[in-house]
Amino acid sequence: MSFRIVVLAKQVPDTRNVGKDAMKADGTVNRAALPAIFNPEDLNALEMALRVKDQIDGAEVIIVTMGPPRAADIIRESMYRGADSGILITDRRFAGSDTLATSYAISMAVRKLFPVNLVIAGRQAIDGDTAQVGPQVAEKLNFPQVTYAESIEAVDTNAITIKRRLERGIEVVKMPYPSVITVHGSAAPCRARNAKRLLKFKKARTLTELQEESMDYGDLFENRPYLRIQEWSVEDIEANTEYLGLGGSPTKVKKIENVVFTAKESLVMEGNDEELNHLMKNLIDTHIIG
Amino acid sequence: MNNVFVYCELTEENSVAEVSIELCSKGRKLANDLGVKLEAVLIGNMSEEIASQLSPLGVDVLHLAQDKRFSPYTTMPHAAIVCGIFRKEQPEIALFGATSVGRDLAPRVASELRCGLTADCTSLEIGNHTEAKTGKEYTNLLYQIRPAFGGNIIATIINPDTRPQMATVREGVMKKEMVSNNYNIEVKKVDAEQFLNPAHFAVEIIERHIEAQKINIKNSNIIVAGGYGVGSRENFKLLFELADALGGEVGASRAAVDAGYVEHERQIGQTGVTVRPKLYIACGISGAVQHRAGMAESATIISINNDPNAPINNIADYVINGEVQDVIPKMIKYYRSNSK
Ligand SMILES: Cc1cc2nc3c(=O)[nH]c(=O)nc-3n(C[C@H](O)[C@H](O)[C@H](O)COP(=O)(O)OP(=O)(O)OC[C@H]3O[C@@H](n4cnc5c(N)ncnc54)[C@H](O)[C@@H]3O)c2cc1C
Ligand SMILES: Nc1ncnc2c1ncn2[C@@H]1O[C@H](COP(=O)(O)O)[C@@H](O)[C@H]1O
Repeated sequence: MSFRIVVLAKQVPDTRNVGKDAMKADGTVNRAALPAIFNPEDLNALEMALRVKDQIDGAEVIIVTMGPPRAADIIRESMYRGADSGILITDRRFAGSDTLATSYAISMAVRKLFPVNLVIAGRQAIDGDTAQVGPQVAEKLNFPQVTYAESIEAVDTNAITIKRRLERGIEVVKMPYPSVITVHGSAAPCRARNAKRLLKFKKARTLTELQEESMDYGDLFENRPYLRIQEWSVEDIEANTEYLGLGGSPTKVKKIENVVFTAKESLVMEGNDEELNHLMKNLIDTHIIG
Repeated sequence: MNNVFVYCELTEENSVAEVSIELCSKGRKLANDLGVKLEAVLIGNMSEEIASQLSPLGVDVLHLAQDKRFSPYTTMPHAAIVCGIFRKEQPEIALFGATSVGRDLAPRVASELRCGLTADCTSLEIGNHTEAKTGKEYTNLLYQIRPAFGGNIIATIINPDTRPQMATVREGVMKKEMVSNNYNIEVKKVDAEQFLNPAHFAVEIIERHIEAQKINIKNSNIIVAGGYGVGSRENFKLLFELADALGGEVGASRAAVDAGYVEHERQIGQTGVTVRPKLYIACGISGAVQHRAGMAESATIISINNDPNAPINNIADYVINGEVQDVIPKMIKYYRSNSK
C-alpha cells in the first residue's frame, strides 16, 4: 500500500552570519550575499518523516522546496539522508512571496502529489521566524494540523499520535490523515548521511543544473530516473499568478532600518574591590537596590 | 472605520492570559487613535463572569463562545469560530498573542481570510502610507514593526489592501494598563454551532501536562541576567545568589538557555520576554541585537564582561571588565555586609 509523506524544507540564509549587503533596497533579502543552509527545524521534520517511513511499509518521503535553483542542494542532502525524491518549485514569478503566497504555491504543488497522507514541515524558518507557512499550507489544503511536534508516540496507516512541546509542558494528540505536522527543534535531530545513498544520489540534478554543468550526463535520467530532481513552474502547479509573488502578498515592507542603539556614556571599571564597593554603595544610596 | 479585535487566550486556571491582557491594553490605544471600539473574542469553557477581567482594560464588546469542547484549545474549532466572527464583524485590526496557541491559530485564520499577518511584532502604531508606484494614499494603517532577518534590521510591515490587519505579539512586549474600574463591557454570546462541523474535531487530545507559570521575570525590578559567558549551570548559581540577595530574578540570553544553563522561561529578548527593570545586570552576555531588543529599556544597566568591546557595553551605564566568577561574589559580599 502506498503512503505518501511530503516534507517541506527551505534553504535559508544563515542569519547567524549576516553582512551589510544582506538586504536589498526593496526590503527583500539579498540571498546571494549569504551562505545558504538547510533550515534547522526542517531537518527535524525530515527525521520525523523518515521515522514514519520506517514504521509503515511502502511509505515514501518526497521533499518539496520552493526557492531559487540552488535550493536543489537541500533536496540532494535529504536524499543522502533517506528521502526518496524531491521537487523544486522554482519560477521568477514566485519571487517576493510572503507567507500567504508561499503557502499557496506550496499547497498547489502538494495537490499535484495527491493522494498525500502527511505533510511535515519545520516549525519555523530562521530567516523570517514566522512559523506561518505550515499552518497556512494546512488551511489551504483543508487538512487538520498539529504544530510543535516533538515525537511520534504511535503511528499506523489510520492515524498518528504525536507529543507536542508547548511553553510549559506537553500535550499528546491523535490525528487522522491526511494532515499537516510542524516539527519543533526539540525533536530528534536528523540522521546522518548514509554512505550508500550518498553514492547513489550524488549525481541527482535538476534539468537546469544539468544544462549549466558542461559535463556530459548522456542518458543519465533515462537510465536512472531517480536522479532527476523535478522542477515545477507556475504552470506545472497550475497556480493563479494573482496569488503569487509580490502582487499576491498582502504584507508589504514599508520601511527597513538598520538596528542602531545609541551608545550611552558609560563608567568603565576593572572590577577591583574598591571600584565594586563604590558601585554597590552608589546603587544602594540611589535606592536602585536595597 | 471598523473596530480593533483581540483574540484572548485562557490560562490553565481559566483566567485571561497575561499576553491577552497586554494586547487589550495596546488594542485600546489603537482603537482610541482610530476612534473605534475595542472588541475581544474568548472561546472556551468559562462563565460570563470572565468579562470582569477585561472591562477594566477598556474592552467595549466581548464575543464569548462557550462550550466544554473548546477548552483546552484545539486549532480547527477555534479557527472556524474566529473566522466566522471576523467575516461578520469585518475587523480593521486583529491581534493575537505570539504563543503556542496564537502562532498556531493566527496563520490558519489569515490563510482562510486571505489577509496579511506579521509575526512577533515589537511595536504597533497607526500611520499613513503612499504607494510609490501608483501614488495611492492610505490613511490610518497599522504599522507592524518587528525585527527581521535574525534581528539585524527593524522592518515596518503594512497590509494596505486586506482586512483585518493581523499581528502577533509576545508576552511582555506591550504594557498592561487599566482604563477604569467601571468600564462598561457588552457581552455578546456567539452561536458557535453555525460555524462548526464534525470534521473540526478531528484532532483528539489524549493527554496534557501543563504546569502553571512559575517563573515570571517580567515584573521584577531587578534582573541578574546570564549569558553563554557564565560558562555552566553550576556558575549560574552565583547569579541566583546575587538575585536572591538583591530581591531580583534571574534572566538569561538565548545562548545560555540553549546551552541548558537555565529554563527557557528566563530567556530575554526578541524570542523571549521583554523586560524593563530598574536594574539589569548582564553577566557574560555579548549583547546581540536580539537580546538587546528585550532589555534595552532597562533604567540602569551594568555589564560584566571580560571582553571590553562586547556590544552590550555600548548601552551599559556601568561596564565592569572582568570575570563573572570574580566580580559577582564581591558584589554579594559588599551588599550583604552593607544593606540594612
Ligand atoms: C531569530 C533570532 C532570534 C533570537 N532571539 C534571541 C533572544 O530572544 N534572546 C537572546 O538572548 N538571543 C537571541 N538570539 C541569539 C542572539 O543572536 C545571540 O546569539 C545570543 O544573544 C548570544 O548570547 P550570549 O551573549 O549569552 O552569548 P555569546 O554571544 O557567546 O557571548 C558570551 C559573552 O560572554 C563573555 N564572557 C565569556 N566568558 C566570560 C567570563 N568568564 N566572564 C565574563 N564574561 C565572559 C564574552 O566576552 C561574550 O561577550 C536570537 C537569534 C536569532 C537569529
Ligand atoms: N520556500 C519554502 N519551501 C519549502 N518549505 C517552506 C518554505 N517556506 C517555509 N517552508 C516550510 O514552512 C516552515 C515554516 O516557515 P516560516 O513560516 O517561514 O517560518 C519551514 O520550516 C518549512 O518547513
